[in-house]
Amino acid sequence: MMSEGCSFMKGMFLGGIFCLVMSLFGTFSPGPQGDGHLHHHLKPVSKDELQKLSEAQMYDLTQQVRVYCVIMVTPKLLVYWATANDTWSKHCDKSVFYTSESSKALEALDLQEDDEWARLRKAITHAYENAGDLRWFFVARPTTFAIIENLKYLVLEKDPSQPFYIGRTEKSGELEYVEYDGGIVLSYEAMKRLVEIFKDEEKCPARGHALWKMSEEKQLATCLKYSGVFAENGEDAQGKSLFNKKSVTSMISDSMGKNPNDVVESCCSDLAITFGGMPAGQMQVMMYGVYRLRPYGHDFHDSLTFLPPKDSDND
Amino acid sequence: MHREPSTNACTDPQMRGSLAIRLVMKALGARSAFYVGFLVGTCSLYLFLSQVGLSRNLGSHGPEPHAKTVEEMIEEESKNWKKERSALFNLNHPHHTGEDGILADDLYKRVRVLCWVMTGPSNLEKKARHVKATWSRHCNIVVFVSSVDDPDFPTVGLNTKEGRDQLYWKTIRAFHYVMEKHGDEADWFLKADDDTYVIVDNLRWILANHSPEDPIYFGRRFKPYVKQGYMSGGAGYVLSREALRRFVEGFSKKVCTHTSSVEDLAMGQCMEKVGVLAGDSRDTIQRETFHPFVPDSHLAGTFPKTFWYWNYCYYPIVQGPQCCSDLAVSFHYVDASKMYLLEYYTYHLRAFGYEYRYQPPEPHIPQDKAPVPDNMEVGDLGQNQAVEKKEEENKSPEQNEKL
Repeated sequence: MMSEGCSFMKGMFLGGIFCLVMSLFGTFSPGPQGDGHLHHHLKPVSKDELQKLSEAQMYDLTQQVRVYCVIMVTPKLLVYWATANDTWSKHCDKSVFYTSESSKALEALDLQEDDEWARLRKAITHAYENAGDLRWFFVARPTTFAIIENLKYLVLEKDPSQPFYIGRTEKSGELEYVEYDGGIVLSYEAMKRLVEIFKDEEKCPARGHALWKMSEEKQLATCLKYSGVFAENGEDAQGKSLFNKKSVTSMISDSMGKNPNDVVESCCSDLAITFGGMPAGQMQVMMYGVYRLRPYGHDFHDSLTFLPPKDSDND
Repeated sequence: MHREPSTNACTDPQMRGSLAIRLVMKALGARSAFYVGFLVGTCSLYLFLSQVGLSRNLGSHGPEPHAKTVEEMIEEESKNWKKERSALFNLNHPHHTGEDGILADDLYKRVRVLCWVMTGPSNLEKKARHVKATWSRHCNIVVFVSSVDDPDFPTVGLNTKEGRDQLYWKTIRAFHYVMEKHGDEADWFLKADDDTYVIVDNLRWILANHSPEDPIYFGRRFKPYVKQGYMSGGAGYVLSREALRRFVEGFSKKVCTHTSSVEDLAMGQCMEKVGVLAGDSRDTIQRETFHPFVPDSHLAGTFPKTFWYWNYCYYPIVQGPQCCSDLAVSFHYVDASKMYLLEYYTYHLRAFGYEYRYQPPEPHIPQDKAPVPDNMEVGDLGQNQAVEKKEEENKSPEQNEKL
């Protein structure tokens, strides 16, 4: 019996050594699961790379990267709907509001569907079929504020005929998904595969799983996973997340608590793409803060140019 | 090898646990015991390591931003600030990574601004600290004015008490103080509250069109009580060196006295008496730059029709997006978190590659300050005419002066 006890102890000791060695070698995460281009982090092209391009190439890139905004509204969110309509959605190349129920006040495509997941499916299908020559899709609720120019910069030299599913990633068990409140970016290829797999009732059921209702963001991630499309976290060159599910005021409050000596630098990216949960008035302020307010004499000389939208006065 | 059970170093010290283990051991056999031990060892050490924080983060959200320690902060501060004579002298005009700040640097050298901030001992941690961490870093010199001397912050105590009725006393003494101690070290003298947010670069853009030898002051112009109007205290106002000189002289000659505790109004009355012109601080398309409220109120709020504001503004009030210039200079009633938010919006967050609708012309530096550039842009002509008009206006108050 003692020999067993000693064997046990020897085993434990070796197990401990094994664990130390493994942690020294790196993370425990399993290797890439599937497609060739899979990375967990996605960053925009560096400034140096951009500067190597000719003016003609840059112009082409600017023309090619065009975004179709899919904005999911409900009459309950009327104020946000109106604000999104008046603010950031003007910077999309095409923005369509998809609603559960039509409202006399604002224009939207009435999907006549109560279930949120079913509505999202319909909206995605409609957007894909009416994409025209737009190759990038941004799905969000009107409570999220998006800076489309920064989104374009992120996907500038990425090929939309490859499957991309980008945003603020979160993990739920084995499933890595993009958080809805931070906005979801899908390439044309990802949309194509989605629309295809929507037809598969087993892998991607229309009414969700019978036992419990999974949120739309997780349903989406599951369907995409079956199509071989995996979530990627959008980050800037310093590794700061570009997609945020919290509002900017909330993030600044957090930073004041965690880094009181360096609040702004440690808070949020300069080229942030989204902030979630923004009250309507704050969206107007953000519009002013992003597209107008600046200190005279500080220029960035970004190699690309995005022009302001027509018939707009708050940007 | 056989050993006595009670003294064996391999067995578990707790009696009951070891009994159970012994039974399990017997059942499993040596080999299985080894494997089980291996698993237990791996798991327990993994848990131990994750407690200690050595295991890597699986939820990939990028590296945690490096929190600055107090030591690092102090070191950085000593590189950027020189604390001398209870004032903070800015050694380096703050720069942002990746930006071209040539124009701003040039103005920083040509248009020297001394910012003095009205605060008090109970507000140092609540408010003044955030002013120090944000916008005041863009001033050439900063002085925090209080009722009490504090060499650490640093603040200057000016022999006053605290309270709303002391505001004009503090203002009078503060202006006298900066004239005496720093009169030669700056061209323009800005007064701000500890809940005012100022974009000093934009202030310089406006001031660069004028000479510090002109008797003029700028702010958010209000119309009642004073013929030429007066500047809102909370939105901040800035005096030229000549205006400051006349203010101090006005007090020494008793032309100006402590008439009331309504600081901004009393200030405006004195300015008019000593022949200092109330300037127009609006941008080239007549949008206001100094603001008496937070941006939310001007951009998205609606003031009730009975609100005093409607009857006070010298120029027509605009609500909504055109309320505020792209090159805004100040906002008021800004609390700590909003200070950081405005700093983020102004100096950090931007839309990549966005071509701004409003393209402000370069300021036309007055003759006595610097040589006029050979190639003047069309925009400059507008500024030029504005300057000439102002100089003509200057002549009339001077002729009216009885001094």
